[in-house]
Amino acid sequence: MADISSDFLGIKSPNPFWLASAPPTDKKINVLRAFEAGWGGVVWKTLGSQVKNVSSRYSAVNYGGQKVMGFNNIELISDRPLHINLREIEECIKLFPDRAMVISLMADNDRDSWHELIRKVEDTGAHGVELNFGCPHGMTERGMGAAVGQDPEIAKMVVEWVMEKATIPVITKLTPNVHSVVPTGKAVVQAGTNGLSLINTIQSVTGVDLDTLVPNPYVAGKSVFGGYCGPAVKPIALKFLTTIAQNEVTNKVPISGIGGVSTWKDAVEFMLLGASNVQVCTAAMKHGFRIVEDMCEGMINWMDDRGFKKLDDFIGKSVNNITHWEDLDINYHHIAHINQDKCVHCGLCYIACEDTSHQSINLEYGKPYNTYTIKEEECVGCNLCQLMCPVTDCITMEEHRVAPEYLNWKQFQEKGLPLNDH
Amino acid sequence: MIKANRLSPEQYQENFSDIHPPFETKDAAIVEANRCLFCYDAPCIKACPTSINVPKFIKQIVTDNVKGSAHTIFLSNIMGAGCSKVCPVEKLCEGSCVYNLMDEPPIPIAKLQRYSTEIAMKNKWQLFQRKETTGKKVAVIGAGPAGLSCAHMLSREGVDVTVFEKEKLGGGLMTYGIAAYKVTPQFCEDEVDYITSIGGISIKYEQELGRNITLQELREKFDAVFLGFGVGLARQLEIPGEEFEGVEDAISFIYNIRNKGFENVAVGDKVAVIGMGMTAIDAATQAKRLGAKEVTMLYRRTQEEMPCTQAELDIAKLDGCNVIWLTAPKEILGTEGKVTSLIAEVMELGEPDASGRRSPVPTDKQFILEVDMVIKAAGQMPYEYVVMKHQLENKNGKISVNNAATNLEGVFAGGDCVNGGKEVVDAVQAGKDGATSILEYIATNARMKS
Ligand SMILES: Cc1cc2nc3c(=O)[nH]c(=O)nc-3n(C[C@H](O)[C@H](O)[C@H](O)COP(=O)(O)OP(=O)(O)OC[C@H]3O[C@@H](n4cnc5c(N)ncnc54)[C@H](O)[C@@H]3O)c2cc1C
Ligand SMILES: Cc1cc2nc3c(=O)[nH]c(=O)nc-3n(C[C@H](O)[C@H](O)[C@H](O)COP(=O)(O)O)c2cc1C
Ligand code: SF4
Ligand code: SF4
Repeated sequence: MADISSDFLGIKSPNPFWLASAPPTDKKINVLRAFEAGWGGVVWKTLGSQVKNVSSRYSAVNYGGQKVMGFNNIELISDRPLHINLREIEECIKLFPDRAMVISLMADNDRDSWHELIRKVEDTGAHGVELNFGCPHGMTERGMGAAVGQDPEIAKMVVEWVMEKATIPVITKLTPNVHSVVPTGKAVVQAGTNGLSLINTIQSVTGVDLDTLVPNPYVAGKSVFGGYCGPAVKPIALKFLTTIAQNEVTNKVPISGIGGVSTWKDAVEFMLLGASNVQVCTAAMKHGFRIVEDMCEGMINWMDDRGFKKLDDFIGKSVNNITHWEDLDINYHHIAHINQDKCVHCGLCYIACEDTSHQSINLEYGKPYNTYTIKEEECVGCNLCQLMCPVTDCITMEEHRVAPEYLNWKQFQEKGLPLNDH
Repeated sequence: MIKANRLSPEQYQENFSDIHPPFETKDAAIVEANRCLFCYDAPCIKACPTSINVPKFIKQIVTDNVKGSAHTIFLSNIMGAGCSKVCPVEKLCEGSCVYNLMDEPPIPIAKLQRYSTEIAMKNKWQLFQRKETTGKKVAVIGAGPAGLSCAHMLSREGVDVTVFEKEKLGGGLMTYGIAAYKVTPQFCEDEVDYITSIGGISIKYEQELGRNITLQELREKFDAVFLGFGVGLARQLEIPGEEFEGVEDAISFIYNIRNKGFENVAVGDKVAVIGMGMTAIDAATQAKRLGAKEVTMLYRRTQEEMPCTQAELDIAKLDGCNVIWLTAPKEILGTEGKVTSLIAEVMELGEPDASGRRSPVPTDKQFILEVDMVIKAAGQMPYEYVVMKHQLENKNGKISVNNAATNLEGVFAGGDCVNGGKEVVDAVQAGKDGATSILEYIATNARMKS
């Protein structure tokens, strides 16, 4: 059986599944329940200066009748007294010494505040700290959170302060509310951070209540931009992660992947794109801590099937499969094929291709069932019909190379080959 | 023994409660609505005689646009609420849903349709705006599905419609014929009120064509006439003993259930029902639900040829009705004027007949069934007398039409009186077709005059 135990900067955990810094890791009760359920580690809810939260705090985007495709919040960092948090952290470490305990921090923007906070946290016996440079609301107005993460210079300065004091590993959590996470990532790695984690939440408006005309979440007739997370943000998180995993400065440190991880499959994808472990928040908030069971089992089964013995065997394996557009092979071509035995005649492939793609599907009228076939000479191989077909493996894309040799865009231009052949 | 009042009020209540209950919650409806694939040129639309845009109205439930959903339904089928309860969907929309081809349960289209239309009726949403009156007047005979659907479409276009109905209530067989566990009298009344709430439709009750009104005077007073008077009496068995007390016509048996109250309808201990159509099923199941101890259905052909759907047959079987295939009634025996038994003839299938079905031929075998009641449900007969009297071209009493127009100028027809008896949804479509032809006819006439 595959070994999924994880070592992140020397912080050991029985599996690579940590709970992200958020309400699930806000106090001892939650954290003990999480450890009992089997979570490998937690990043404790961000500690720092005193704050006051509002009500309400969360809202969600439901899609196609499925609840919580995306989730957003306007919560601040921990609103509990620091000394209680510190005492509880110590107690949790004693009760579960084999689990990772990382403390998320966001001090006021001066060297002394950071030094003092780090000293107190290290006294608990915590295994590492995570710097919250990502919270997009409430704290930014005070020059903290995303305000730090969005400015590489400030981020660098804060990390330098932290590194002067810290004796345990330091992870810097990046904000996605930037056009690229690489500049801040590079700056903090140069300033000495031991690891990176991403993403924090994305600024958003989940919707407007059509009765009150107030956007969500509602606070006395008003709202603010909230941080978006959950399944909807996964593609964005994966993109940011890849840019960090591909940059030669930032890929020198381990990365903790965050953003929409809900299943073992999501976790594997993050790790294939360079994350050494993953952190989860929304999925746990939706289903409870029990989801970690399937995360572990699913990952082990997949690794066993693929012959991977330990996590390092597959971490980062897909990073180099994302390339530049100019390097793609233009001679590769594939064509849709409809398996008539599986087709249920819903016409979704047809209307998608006819209205919005290349009119490459033929319709033979029938009552009530029409017959749909691919016009092979017209098909550009875009995948649209296959993506829309409700029947698994009914439409398959079959390889028909234009020519056997590799040909990229630059070579194509050099050869003066004709454009618009469709 | 034939007697009424066999059960307690609670038992009647239970036996005649809604056979297809609605969604209990909005969430339950949304879960099912979300399964709909939103097919293109969807088979379910093509399988609906009124071509309701099924995927569209289902999608509108998902987007929380129930008003739009109800509008989509009613635009194609003004009796969409009733149809959601009485349509044999397993052979129409749901039967063609592509999920059947994936061996998964089809979308519960009827239940979703009921969801939207029930909300619309409850809130009395007026989803159609009548065009300004054109001053044109049309008479409609019969306030059944065909007549009401025709009237609604005409009124929408600004025509003033007068409906003449021989009964005291509207709805036609919806009110007087369809099984009580599908629709309640209150629902039928509400549906008629909802349809006529658009305005421009006046229903004159207890007015019967051929008795207190003539076609001639209608043709003089109105710009056009639509005939939607349905089919009437149950076909006679034409066997000896039909006159005994205890031999009843399914239509009047059901009519009584719908009108007199369950406890006032008498039913036998042992009942034979002749036929295997929708009416036969309704008569058999309702006889059982009224408290008959034994109900036996006799059909001349086999299950292959039966006119009812499998779902309908299942209802009868679940109610405990017996079915004997390949048998026809030969003679009804009785003493003191009351039915005591039925002599039945065993049949076998011979050559295909005009309908393409193999026709039953008698064998020399027969048997006796002890019964005290016989319900005849071997089809209905057109109102041949009315049809003949007005020199309407017809086939065995079924009015012949061309694009809904009869042989008489300005007289149109549709529904059961033309097709000989199909479903509510077919009658609704026939009413729409009639209205379309009438609107064209009126417009052409107006052009010719000017
Ligand atoms: C027992 C039974 C069960 C059925 N079950 C179903 C079912 O479950 N689902 C389904 O879809 N269909 C069912 N049907 C069929 C359905 O009821 C009919 O197809 C439909 O009602 C036909 O509509 P229509 O408007 O053509 O005729 P009708 O509904 O018959 O309406 C005709 C109207 O005209 C009136 N009328 C008749 N003669 C005159 C006259 N001379 N002057 C004035 N008014 C007149 C009648 O009183 C009636 O109101 C059933 C039928 C029967 C008999
Ligand atoms: C209610 C809520 C509160 C959060 N609070 C914090 C926080 O205090 N510190 C922090 O670094 N991230 C915080 N986050 C962000 C999460 O740690 C995580 O980065 C983000 O939710 C993306 O992961 P997910 O898609 O699994 O939820 C919070 C998220 C939520 C939903
Ligand atoms: S989308 Fe798939 S199932 Fe539907 S018609 Fe096209 S091939 Fe057939
Ligand atoms: S056939 Fe079924 S899945 Fe397709 S649109 Fe109709 S109800 Fe929806």
